[in-house]
Amino acid sequence: MTDSSLTAHVAPIDAGAHVVAAGFLGPTPALAMADGATLIGEPGATRRGLPHPGAAMLVAACDGARLVTGADDGRIVSTDAAGAVTEIADESGRWIDALALREDGAVAWSAARTVRARDAKGEVKSWAAPSSVRGLSFMPKGYRLAVAHYGGASLWFPNAAASPERLEWKGSHLDVTVSPDGRFCVTSMQENALHGWRIVDKANMRMTGYPAKTRSLSWSYDGNWLATSGAEACIVWPFKDKDGPMGKAPRECGVRPARVSACAFHPAALIVAIGYEDGWIMLVRLTDASEIPVRSTPVEARAGAITALVWDRAGKRLVFGAADGAAGVLTLPAA
Amino acid sequence: MSDQKIPVTVLTGYLGAGKTTLLNRILTEPHGKRYAVIVNEFGEIGIDNDLVVGADEEIFEMNNGCICCTVRGDLIRILEGLMKRKGKFDAIIVETTGLADPAPVAQTFFVDADVQTAARLDAVVTVADAKWLADRLKDAPEAKNQIAFADVIVINKTDLVTPQELREVKARIRAINPYAKLHETVKANVPLDAVLGRNAFDLDRILEIEPEFLHADDHDHDHDHDHHHGHDHHHGHDHHHHGGLKHFHDEHMQSVAMEIPGDVNPEKFLPWINDLTQAHGPAILRSKGILAFTNEPKRFVFQGVHMILDGDVQREWKPGEKRTSKIVFIGRDLPEKEIREGFLACKA
Repeated sequence: MTDSSLTAHVAPIDAGAHVVAAGFLGPTPALAMADGATLIGEPGATRRGLPHPGAAMLVAACDGARLVTGADDGRIVSTDAAGAVTEIADESGRWIDALALREDGAVAWSAARTVRARDAKGEVKSWAAPSSVRGLSFMPKGYRLAVAHYGGASLWFPNAAASPERLEWKGSHLDVTVSPDGRFCVTSMQENALHGWRIVDKANMRMTGYPAKTRSLSWSYDGNWLATSGAEACIVWPFKDKDGPMGKAPRECGVRPARVSACAFHPAALIVAIGYEDGWIMLVRLTDASEIPVRSTPVEARAGAITALVWDRAGKRLVFGAADGAAGVLTLPAA
Repeated sequence: MSDQKIPVTVLTGYLGAGKTTLLNRILTEPHGKRYAVIVNEFGEIGIDNDLVVGADEEIFEMNNGCICCTVRGDLIRILEGLMKRKGKFDAIIVETTGLADPAPVAQTFFVDADVQTAARLDAVVTVADAKWLADRLKDAPEAKNQIAFADVIVINKTDLVTPQELREVKARIRAINPYAKLHETVKANVPLDAVLGRNAFDLDRILEIEPEFLHADDHDHDHDHDHHHGHDHHHGHDHHHHGGLKHFHDEHMQSVAMEIPGDVNPEKFLPWINDLTQAHGPAILRSKGILAFTNEPKRFVFQGVHMILDGDVQREWKPGEKRTSKIVFIGRDLPEKEIREGFLACKA
């Protein structure tokens, strides 16, 4: 990469409403918006879908083959690249609070305390969490789900009768993620901090110092680093060693006078895409801290925060969306 | 900025007092406003509104070493979701269960940064049953909390009590909370602008701290009392007689109000109020103050819920306006002596 700006390589998309999630369906960009709509297609040739008419989209996730959306109508709907929709579940008006996908076609979701996992064959298993669930994440190995709730996280095998393994830490846990090697479980918390557990012995690790809540977490392709939002830089924690980030200082990438609202590690290089509350996006290389602007919005434009930021599988394109309905796709120039 | 924040009214009241009646009135009367309603018992009450959300009243402690700093986790989650519908509603009403403590609801609006950015607490409105409140104050600590915490109290079902009983229930309310606005109603028929759009937590709207005395309609010398009561404490120890009205003393819940007729030293006052609310946070339900700080041309105002304090300089003292410093606390077994001595020591 050169140090020149990439702003000329961004094709904008007008999403029309707060972008809840983004992704790629095969090679095609896909967006899910708060007004219940989806937008699928290349910039300038997008098709609008409305999986949740009259409802507000609360959560969405994309796994490369489908864009799955959950709304305050209690429904979970899957949309494919052709725009065909399939209803996956209907929780009778209960809000869908969290959603996770597994590449084999499994889907997990939660509505208040109820957690459900639907495997690729369509079989649904349910578990009542000890309190409302804010975050769900499939673990990399086995058909197992990490669930964030008040008082900690639980690791649930939907197909096992045994009660889930509990990882305890006082407080309200929001998002949850498990390291690609399956060794660490990390949650973001109400108290502007992350909490981590080494799963094998449940050793606790506190990652603090954030001025705001962390709501975006992304692992590097090699699993050695965890990029996080919530500060005026992307805070990247080292997870390579046996003890994870314990006793180590994190890297601070892309320091700016605006908070980081989203981050996404490149799928094949130690480069992190960073989205900010003022609508800026930068790429930062971890090895030498070099920065390349992708999107720079003038202060007077009062642009919305970046709320979605996702690489395609090849790491050649980056789709983003913002709270003000702006969106776009960066296509990296051929090297 | 503050007008862009969605106002939130918290509706409390013991079981059967008439909360749902008031809620239904708010939702059905023609006022052109659209409300999102957060209810605790979803589906149980027939509320005809587009945006009704069921809540779970999940209360948790913040991990900040403060035992009274509890917030409603479900409310944070619901408000985050409601913001996805921004522009589709004008205000939010949170109905709590009859047994709920209003503090965690209120504290949610001061503790969570995301909630604070999106919404502002407008007022805590408590509906009380004229006939049964006196009994509930004896046997239900929740009912007492709801009265003590309120900015507005709607005394409902006044048609079911005698004028004598009504005076008594008002006196009991005043013994706990002399500052809330009182409204006597039948079928919760209070004008809606008396319960909505109150800005009770807005520092700019803290104009006066005067107890609302029993404006006994049948006694004419009440006015004299009003004046000198401002600087007194209002629980039963000073048994002023309001034209023959009984003055009750609640054993555990009371208010302490004080005035220093002049300036206070901010270097002394600010650490003192912080230490006091840290040490006695669980006992202090609500606090409020208007202060004249030495060499400060503007009024300093603060308000608090348990340990959480919010304060700032407000408008300038007007020419001819007497610079004076007043504070009030409403709480449970308040350390009155400590409060009085501590505040007096802050005198400039």
